[in-house]
Amino acid sequence: MQHMWNFAQLTDLIHGWLYETFPPAWALAFEMIIVGIAVIGLFAGLGLVLVLMERKVSAFMQIRLGPNRVGPKGLMQSLADTLKLLVKEGMTPDGVDRFLFNLAPFIAMIAAMLLMAPIAFAKDFQIWDLNIGVLYVTAISSLNVIAILMAGWSSNNKYSLLGAMRSGAQIVSYELSAGLSILTVVVLTGSLQISDIVTAQSNGWWIFKGHIPVLIAFVIYMIAVTAETNRAPFDMAEAESELTGGFHTEYSGMKFALFFLAEYINVFIVCAIGATLFLGGWMPLHIGEWTAFNGIMDWIPSSVWFFGKTFFLIFLMMWFRWTFPRLRIDQLLNLEWRYLLPIGMVNILLVTVIAILKWHF
Amino acid sequence: MFLTRYFSEIAEAVGSLLKGMRMTGYYFTHHKEIITQQYPDNRATLVLPERFRGEVVMTHTDNNEHRCTGCTACELACPNGTIKVVTKFEVNAEGKKKKAVDKFVYHLELCTMCNLCIEACPTDAIRMAQTFEHSVYDRSQLTRILNKPDSKLQEGVE
Repeated sequence: MQHMWNFAQLTDLIHGWLYETFPPAWALAFEMIIVGIAVIGLFAGLGLVLVLMERKVSAFMQIRLGPNRVGPKGLMQSLADTLKLLVKEGMTPDGVDRFLFNLAPFIAMIAAMLLMAPIAFAKDFQIWDLNIGVLYVTAISSLNVIAILMAGWSSNNKYSLLGAMRSGAQIVSYELSAGLSILTVVVLTGSLQISDIVTAQSNGWWIFKGHIPVLIAFVIYMIAVTAETNRAPFDMAEAESELTGGFHTEYSGMKFALFFLAEYINVFIVCAIGATLFLGGWMPLHIGEWTAFNGIMDWIPSSVWFFGKTFFLIFLMMWFRWTFPRLRIDQLLNLEWRYLLPIGMVNILLVTVIAILKWHF
Repeated sequence: MFLTRYFSEIAEAVGSLLKGMRMTGYYFTHHKEIITQQYPDNRATLVLPERFRGEVVMTHTDNNEHRCTGCTACELACPNGTIKVVTKFEVNAEGKKKKAVDKFVYHLELCTMCNLCIEACPTDAIRMAQTFEHSVYDRSQLTRILNKPDSKLQEGVE
């Protein structure tokens, strides 16, 4: 396979240079700093792009224009919004638990940041390829609910608390479905390592290779992660129509912006994981043994494949948000416990049978 | 059967959700008909709906004649005291005294554009105009006298 832009060469170059020039401990520290800066930069960039994308997509779907004043075609709008939020006062209301109140946004951000580690952004371009990558992702993504509960409880506000409690019920429920649908791919691959899962899809993505059960798992995964990231039609935690803003009612300025950013980063991460598990991650579209076709597809850089798939899934989630009406909290839990979970359980049995009998391609 | 109902419900739900997504997807891909009015820019070409209510005005003909008889039906119909009709007595050609409008005082700052005065008017003297840029620096500028100076009642309006 030949790639025009291979990030592995770049990382190897930096890695080699650092270890030649500095003692190993220092070199490791420098690498950590570089990775940290890169992740924060990616966060900022993604936040700006995704907020603008959301506003433009929603506008187009509602026959509106969307932001079109700041910069060419309104492209600078989210930058201007960020600037506004940065210079606003970070207010801490009287009567809140000051420590937890100020800590909660950072927990939300840290939980989102930790999830960046096992994601393969391109071929051989991954922060930490740990052998339990998928388990790590499912474990860390549950941390998000702690930040939301912390914010809701410390705000000393009934709306915040109600929003946080709803969010807790919602995330705990939907994590089961998300976990089961992730498990289908793990069963088929036989590994929890992200790089193994991507390599296993070199002759076709799991969504095509795994017949209908993987397709069902993919649909369940998309529904469950939409609920887990607290986005409409499952935005029980924010519920601006009934809870004024849910868990972040009392937050303003940059602390609110951190929650907002964490939401979009979480959207990106769950879509990236979905793309990795079901759509092959950075793996180009390969069909079985069609060498000529596969060769052409290899000319498109792997990072373009990864971001293309991820943004397609993000667009899908935005499409959901701007089409479907919101659910009530009881309907929400009904959907999970009566429909998604039983279907997911039967589905994983089917996938296990397929995996054991090697019926998949 | 429970199971058939269970699955038919799922199929129905998925079908209706896909229907909705097809609609928004159509709007997303056919970005031509925009409902956003870029207001200060398109001020010259702005088209307001026919029934848009901006303010109450009195219709005057070219000869400076209006149709208001000063019957105060609009004043009675108004729910929040926006209209005050000051009447006077005019002596007509036959030497008879007749009630006529002196000042039709209209408080735009109180008006809620409910259209009740227009419906109450027996002679169609007043109507709703489509002007809407009413911002002024002083509240008193919003109190208007709707009948133009030296205007007369149109012939034949009783």
